[in-house]
Amino acid sequence: MTNTPREITRRQMMHRIGLTALVAGPTAGLLSACATSGGSTPEPAASTGGGAAKSDSNPFGVKADAPLEVVIFKGAYGDEYATQSHEPLYVKEFPQAKITHQGIQTIAQTLTPRFASGDVPDVVNNSGTDNLDTGSLVAAGQLLDLTPLYEAPSIDDPSKKVKDTLVPGTIESGLVGDPAKPYILNYVYTAYGLWYDAKLFEKEGWTPPKTFDEFKTLADKIKAKGMTPYAYAGKNASYYQYWMILISAAKIGGNQVLIDIDNLADGAWTNDAVKQAAAAWAEIGKYMDKSYEGLIHTEVQTQQNQGKVALYPSGSWLEPEQAKDTPAGFEYAMAPTPSVSASDAMPYEAIRAVAGEPYVLPAKGKNINGGLEYMRVMLSKEAAKAFTEKTKSLTVVVGSTEGLTLSPGTASVVEVQTAAGANVVTWSSFEQWYKELETELRKQTNALMFGRITAEQFCTNMQKAADKTKADSSVTKQKRTA
Amino acid sequence: MRHGKLSQASSPMALRRYGFILSFLAAPLVLYVVFVIAPYIQAFQIALTNWKGISPDFDYVGLENFGRMFDDDVFWQAVRHHGLLLLVMPLATIAIALFFSFLLNVGGGQANGRRTGVRGSAFYKIVFFFPQVLAVAIVGVLFQAILRPDKTGVINNALGAVGVDPVGWLINPDLALWTIMGVMVWQAVGFYVVLFSAGMSSIPSEVFEAAALDGAGRFTLFFKITLPLLWDTLQVGWVYLGIAAFDGFALVQVLSVDRGGPDNATTVLPLEIWRQAFTFSKYGYASAMGVALFFLTLTFAVLTLRVTRRERIEF
Repeated sequence: MTNTPREITRRQMMHRIGLTALVAGPTAGLLSACATSGGSTPEPAASTGGGAAKSDSNPFGVKADAPLEVVIFKGAYGDEYATQSHEPLYVKEFPQAKITHQGIQTIAQTLTPRFASGDVPDVVNNSGTDNLDTGSLVAAGQLLDLTPLYEAPSIDDPSKKVKDTLVPGTIESGLVGDPAKPYILNYVYTAYGLWYDAKLFEKEGWTPPKTFDEFKTLADKIKAKGMTPYAYAGKNASYYQYWMILISAAKIGGNQVLIDIDNLADGAWTNDAVKQAAAAWAEIGKYMDKSYEGLIHTEVQTQQNQGKVALYPSGSWLEPEQAKDTPAGFEYAMAPTPSVSASDAMPYEAIRAVAGEPYVLPAKGKNINGGLEYMRVMLSKEAAKAFTEKTKSLTVVVGSTEGLTLSPGTASVVEVQTAAGANVVTWSSFEQWYKELETELRKQTNALMFGRITAEQFCTNMQKAADKTKADSSVTKQKRTA
Repeated sequence: MRHGKLSQASSPMALRRYGFILSFLAAPLVLYVVFVIAPYIQAFQIALTNWKGISPDFDYVGLENFGRMFDDDVFWQAVRHHGLLLLVMPLATIAIALFFSFLLNVGGGQANGRRTGVRGSAFYKIVFFFPQVLAVAIVGVLFQAILRPDKTGVINNALGAVGVDPVGWLINPDLALWTIMGVMVWQAVGFYVVLFSAGMSSIPSEVFEAAALDGAGRFTLFFKITLPLLWDTLQVGWVYLGIAAFDGFALVQVLSVDRGGPDNATTVLPLEIWRQAFTFSKYGYASAMGVALFFLTLTFAVLTLRVTRRERIEF
């Protein structure tokens, strides 16, 4: 979740184009310097990775000595879980396989040229603020359909298929394209809500608000104490805020509101539920100092750790992300977003809990069977447990927390999830499908929350942006039904 | 290069000499063609396609990308910002740099019959050059701390000490672009102080002495002697700064809210090109914007050189 700007360095560029150009002479150099001419001939034969015999322990027929290249987004979760658990587990199965590991932050900038040239890694953790546009990749046939992975036997219990060992909704959250196929493995079970310091709230006698009226009453009380009641980081994390608006909209009008938004349905943004949600959150925005628009997420999160901000919108990665800065005596806890009205379609307890943190397999990788096997390893209980231990985050693998002592924040998430039961707010796919619309939403969210536009204008502007995306013939359209 | 001579160069000595020269010229020329000229030409080609940058496949769509660009509000916002940058940034930078370099070189009065700069000018010259030494990313990060919108910002902290409320340097849509312009000027001034200083020191001191004998004060010296004799250098500085006004990518990217915000108030063409290419996977459209930027910059440079052309004063 960092946004360190890092372009491809000139050295890398030289390495990729220049060296071959100099060796092959000026003419070849001219050709290979042309971005569009590189790798125009796919190598279908090599890309199947040769292949060994398939067996129960090797369901994809991975060639034992085939190297595997793994690219991990080194953000809030770090990449130790991969280097110290997932990759060693893979090597345990195939001791001759050499793994090339890369932990980076700018996934799109680093990998786009590689996709264009056809020299792609085998496993990509496509996350962070600079992630690859999955919709475009699928449309270009660059990603592998993960159906064989989900149909393969599980490592822990070969009588079960992998798909039966996952939290319901996991596979659906990774469907892309028309007809929709599972291209994305969302590995981390993420819950979204309002985060606060349980110890502080206990001391002050505050409870997380259940309605927006309670929210405002509480905000006045917190303000009287000299604290900022609620804040988010406008400079680089306005999407944390639009999640809250979307969650509230879904609570008011049901999940269909979000599905309509994803499907670019006519009037999806001018829907009354979206309007009410935007208006309710704009009221809360008035409690926020204008300066929060110019701060980044870590600055606001540190302010919360210092007791300057009471409630902060985020997902369950917050606790591990802040682990280094959290003072002793600060105990993270998460609460659902408040209800807007008594006639809301979903109860207060409803939360957005989705499988997140996307992993994909490039279709033209050199060892695609190895990539599938790597994912099967990730979905074993041992790997999932190691992930939860290293990152303090839950995975989509059912029963992988058995025997683990959970941190206060994670325990609170489990509690909130249990209370929510089947009342789960669905995810939003447009964030991945339509980046242009998403960028506009970030901008309009800041304008709304810092009082430059009304809820009415917010809805009209977003509808205009959605209609523009719908009319844009260069954008591949996608649909979801649930 | 005198290719004609090459064929006559029959002696091994001459061959070796030309071979030597050619080998020195060939490497930079090849590098320049491969890394500068070829990408430029290719941008024109890609601008006519719907290439998404993630596979080798694309279709030619004619001028569709340009049509889209002319309907794009964000594009026009960015162009307007460049217009404003172009009006204000070079003028402010040159004015400040001229003022400083005049003081540093001839503004200090007479000493031993020679005109000198103000006291300590050698020291100031180095100090003014400091910002130029810093990479633009570092300047950006420094100014993040200086311009922080709450009381912890360096400027707002100082303002707070005299009872002024924090100013939203980068979060007020009416102020953000001006703030970024201020940073650009701050960073550029040092270089032009040195450039103009060099220009001024090449003006013969007799000219100043003669003028001073005729009773010219500092103002007359500056406007009647220094400025006209510095015209060539000024012209170069103007073109450099104008081209810099078409960039601004790094500072906007690092400093502004949500990269180009709030509400697109600070966005510039290079940033939109970057966003269209890397965030929206629209390399074709991004290239069309790049072509537009190419022509804007070229038009500016040609116009400046034409309009400011004057008779050269020899001395």
